[in-house]
Formats: sequence, C-alpha cells, structure tokens
Amino acid sequence: MNLNLEKIIKEIKNYAGTNLKIMEVCGTHTASIFKNGIRSFLSPDIKLISGPGCPVCVTPATYIDKAIKLALKPDCILLTFGDMMKVPGFEKSLSEAKADGANIEVMYSPQEVLKKATSNINKTYILACIGFETTIPAYSLLIEELDKNRITNVKFLTALRRVIPALEFICSTDSEIDAFIAPGHVSSILGSEVYGELASKYKKPFAVAGFEAEHILIALYDLLKQKEKCKYEVHNLYPSAVRPEGNITALQHISRYFTPGPAYWRGIGFIEESGLYLKEKYRKYDAGSFDISDESDKLAPKCRCGEVILGKINPDECPMFAKVCTPVKPKGPCMVSTEGTCGIWYRFS
Amino acid sequence: MKIVMAHGSGGNATRELIKNLFQKYLSNDYLDKMEDSASLPRSEYPLALTTDSFVVTPLEFPGGDIGKLAVCGTVNDLWMAGAEPQYLTAGFILEEGLDLDLLERLICSLSRAAQEAGVKIVAGDTKVVQGNGGLYINTAGLGYRKYYDLLRSDRIKEGDAVIVSGELGNHHACIMSQRMEIVNSIKSDCANLGPMVKGLFEAGINLRLMRDITRGGLGTNLNEIAETMNVMIEIEETRIPIDPEVKSFCDILGLDPLYMANEGKFLCIAPQEQEKEVIYILKKNSLGAKARVIGHVTEQGKYLVTVKTRLGGRRIVDILYGEGLPRIC
Repeated sequence: MNLNLEKIIKEIKNYAGTNLKIMEVCGTHTASIFKNGIRSFLSPDIKLISGPGCPVCVTPATYIDKAIKLALKPDCILLTFGDMMKVPGFEKSLSEAKADGANIEVMYSPQEVLKKATSNINKTYILACIGFETTIPAYSLLIEELDKNRITNVKFLTALRRVIPALEFICSTDSEIDAFIAPGHVSSILGSEVYGELASKYKKPFAVAGFEAEHILIALYDLLKQKEKCKYEVHNLYPSAVRPEGNITALQHISRYFTPGPAYWRGIGFIEESGLYLKEKYRKYDAGSFDISDESDKLAPKCRCGEVILGKINPDECPMFAKVCTPVKPKGPCMVSTEGTCGIWYRFS
Repeated sequence: MKIVMAHGSGGNATRELIKNLFQKYLSNDYLDKMEDSASLPRSEYPLALTTDSFVVTPLEFPGGDIGKLAVCGTVNDLWMAGAEPQYLTAGFILEEGLDLDLLERLICSLSRAAQEAGVKIVAGDTKVVQGNGGLYINTAGLGYRKYYDLLRSDRIKEGDAVIVSGELGNHHACIMSQRMEIVNSIKSDCANLGPMVKGLFEAGINLRLMRDITRGGLGTNLNEIAETMNVMIEIEETRIPIDPEVKSFCDILGLDPLYMANEGKFLCIAPQEQEKEVIYILKKNSLGAKARVIGHVTEQGKYLVTVKTRLGGRRIVDILYGEGLPRIC
C-alpha cells in the first residue's frame, strides 16, 4: 500500500458511514492510542473500544487474595510485576498487603528468581505469573531452567490468558464490535493466520498492527476500507514482527509446559479454554492456580465492565462509574488500568 | 569497617564517628561550636525555610549520590521560591552495616555540593537504626528571600511561555537502570539549579513562577500549576526535550518521561515576549543547554493541561495516579 498519512488522517476524520465500533484488543495499543491522541483524529461515527487485552486488568480478585495469602507465609516471598501491585483483591491490593507485612517484591524479569532462589534456599519464591501468549514463553523458559538445575523452591501462581478464546467469546456473545485491531505482540507469537477463522465465521475484519501512532492509524484506515467493501479478512500490517504462522519455536515451548483450561476474567466471567495451566508433569511447580471460582457476585455486583468491553454501554452508564469505582480505588477491570476504557473516560469527562 | 549500633549510643563510638567523619568534612564556625543549636546572625532579608528527606537506593549512582542529592534537592527548593540558600541542617539516619568508606565518600560529596552551592551546614544529627547498611538523610534549608518579589504568579496570562531547563527523566531512568542492573550510559541530572535561576532573576525577567521538576514529573507539576492558577496549558510533544537513550529506556519499560522524576531540572512560566531571552540565559549555563519553550498558557478561567502529539492529535495530560514511580529521591 502506498499511503499518505495525511490522507489517512483526513479520511478517518471525515468518515461519515454507518457507526463503527472498533476494538483494539491489546492494552499496549490502548496506551498508544491514548498517548498519541488518536481519538482526536476520529470521526464522531467511529468509536474505539478497549478490549480485554490488559492481563493486569482481567486478573480475578481471588487470584490477588491467594497471592497475598502466600506472601504472608513467613518462608514465602511473592515476586510480581510492578503494575499488579494496585489491582484490588476482595480485601486489599498487593501494595496494601505489603504495607501490612506481606513479603512482596517487584520483579522486572522472571529470570531474576533464579539468582534469588539459589542463594536463598530456605525461602520459597512464588512468581505471580500473569500475561498473554507474549509473556508465557518467558515462564516456560524459566521452568526449563528450574527443571534442568533441580531448583525446587520456586513456584508459579498463574493467571495466564489466551487471546483467541477471548475474541471468540466477544464475537459470539452478540457484541456490537464491528472490527478488530489485533494485538501486535501476541500476534508475533500466534501469527496472523489464527484470526482467519474468527474473521470469516463472524464476518469481522481484522488488522494486525504495530504500536506507533502511524501503525494504528493505518490499521484503522484498513478496517474502514474493509468495512466499506464488505470484506472480512485478516490483514497483517505488522509484517516486520508478525509472521503468518507465528513463532513456531515459542508456540512449541508453551505447549510443552502448559495446557489450556477454563479461566475467569475479572468483570467478564468464565471463558472456556481461555487459561493456560501447568501440565501434570510440571504441576509440582504450581502454587495453587487451579481452584478458580466465579466471583461476579462477590466483587462488585453492579460492575458492568463486561458490557463496556463488549461495546454495549459507555462507562458512564455503569452505576459505579466515578462514584465507587475511580482510578484511585478501582473495582472493575476497565478502571484498574489507567488505560482501560473506564480509566480513560474518567479522565476525559 | 561498618556502622554498628554502638555508633548511635551517644558514647565514645558516636563521638569518634562525628569527629572523624562529619566534623572532618563539614567543619565551619557554626558547626564547630558543637552547641545544641546554631546561632545565626540577623538577616536583612525575609527568610524562606524548607525541608526534604532523601531515601534513594542505590546510595551512589552515575551522576551523583545521596549526599549531593540531599544538598541540591533542598537548595533547589529555596531557589524556586526566589530565596538564595544560606544555611542547611543535615540529619543522618544510618542503618547498621553501612560501610564506613562509603559513608565517608557520601559525606565528602555532600560537603562538596554544599560548598559549590554556597551554603553552610550549621546543624546536624546522626542516629543509628537496625537495618541493612542503608542511609537516609534529611536536610532543612534556610534562604534569604532576595528575589521573591520577582516571582509574580498573579500576572500569569494567556500566551505566557512554559519553559523547561533541559532533558527530562534522566534521574529516574538512571536510578531504575541501576536497580535493574541494566547497563547504559544514562546519568542522573542531580544538580544545583542556583546559577541558572540567579541568571534569570538578575536579568529582570518577569517570571510568573518556577518549579523544580522532581517526583511526579512535568505532567504532575503542570497540573498543579494549572489548577492553582486556574489556567489552561498546552504543550507540544515534539518540543519536550528527552535524551534518545532515556526515550528508548522508557519505551521498553512502558514509562512516560512526563511523569518521571528529575533532580536538576526546573520549569518556569514567563511572558511570551521574553521567552527568547529566558532561553538565551539558560543556555549560557551548560545545565541549560537543552532548555526549550515547550508550550504556552492558552486560556484563563479554567484549568486543563493538554499535549499536542507528534501527528497533531491532542490529549489530556493528567496527574500521576497511584505510585507509578519507585521511591527514587
């Protein structure tokens, strides 16, 4: 495509067709859209909906509670990525639990645990493992190392998520999403071909995009054109990082250690096959990731994040929005991340 | 040699520590009297008083250390209020296990920074607590309000220029790199802003206000100003000076330089017709080599901070919610 960016911006701004709801699935896309002011380029007839692709946001409250319980054991240390610290559990967040004396350390890479675990064999290190297919190879590589070196004082508390079952869920539940900007990083592992079935089955165009403002604008333009021509194809607009077949080595590595199972998504509900769990052979490394329960009634019964994510309502139609659910004290997944749909609405309104 | 609990007992070990380290490097007429309080001479100017605590780890980092930081941080706060720093107090909380050679280097650095900033350390205190070799410093600073009347925030108006004195995010990126053991050449910008600021005062710039851009970063600072002054501010993304290495570091870690801490940068608001003169004065100092006008006050009567993005989009610059930053200053 020989495209002129000015022309693209003009077309997106002046679009006057039927109302379009376009979902950017990935949290990093959401962040880039926010950072680059992409919404200010959109015609009023185009609405961007932030999907469930922020793993921090969709992590259930029971998971946080479980992590806190482990971190309170005197011989356990919980290692977590920094952005998990403020996600609320039923009672408190990891950050609040740390202030109460729980052993919680922020990690920057899962590999950090190797040094810690070998030099401190009397402690058990619990890794709070969240993420989509992009981050999962890092965990499987770590298990390989642990297995090889017979390190036994590292355990995994997982809340790993798969993108395709989530998209299938969104497409199949009468959602109002017209088109998808497919995630860039996840697609570098899964490839672009995996969206083909969803595109033709549900008649939704997909554009795999990178993370610069230009990438996102081109993806939006591509989706507008596809809709105009009633096409439901998958266009890989990020070929520098995404191959049609994906990263076979990484995929094989993931399936060596992990197996799919049902998972609960905060504010959304159970989605079959949408989680990844340690295989039987490696379950000795698990810290209790399996007993997940439906928490929709307990956490925030009035939370309507599920409908926000499906594009059915705007955040301000939720009774909790800006009243009991705020960026400082978030309840639902869309408010947990400052780049979630509710977080953005909060600041723009 | 390491700090042990006995160093905080008030007995012989404490006296030795004070004599051999603190007095050796921080000696002056006031401190040498070893009185319970420093008796300071009468001042012809009204006074400004400020305090700040420093808890950074690691204690030494490229571009500075906690000693230098403890002086620059407090001195800069005085300058921002139009006060010329004169005296500092310094309280040291030493953790058991702190290496004495390291402590000596840090006190030496603190002393050098104080000399360079033209301030005397006139009172001090040390305590020892159980711990793991850490060090915390509190400094309080007293300054003469020589230039206070030159800062006229009540005259802020539409069109005024928003100016930053240099590249943003270096201190934050440096500290994070050190903690994460990432090898790069990013240095902390920890510095005394006095010479630059004094240059502006002496040139008679009709400054509206000044802020040192520390914790919370430029984004939080601008929001505070917009709210207090009830003005709208628009900045331009492409004009915000950021070192390419810091930018790459931020891109990798998902950090936004707008919210990252600095220890040697300030922003000021000045009349549009004087913006070139401000930049000229700042650039005369090597610390101000990258000074830029990054935006303007666009409206009075309501408050909001926006940024014009690289491609011409517009977004709101919010305050920093939650922690966001590790404790780095």
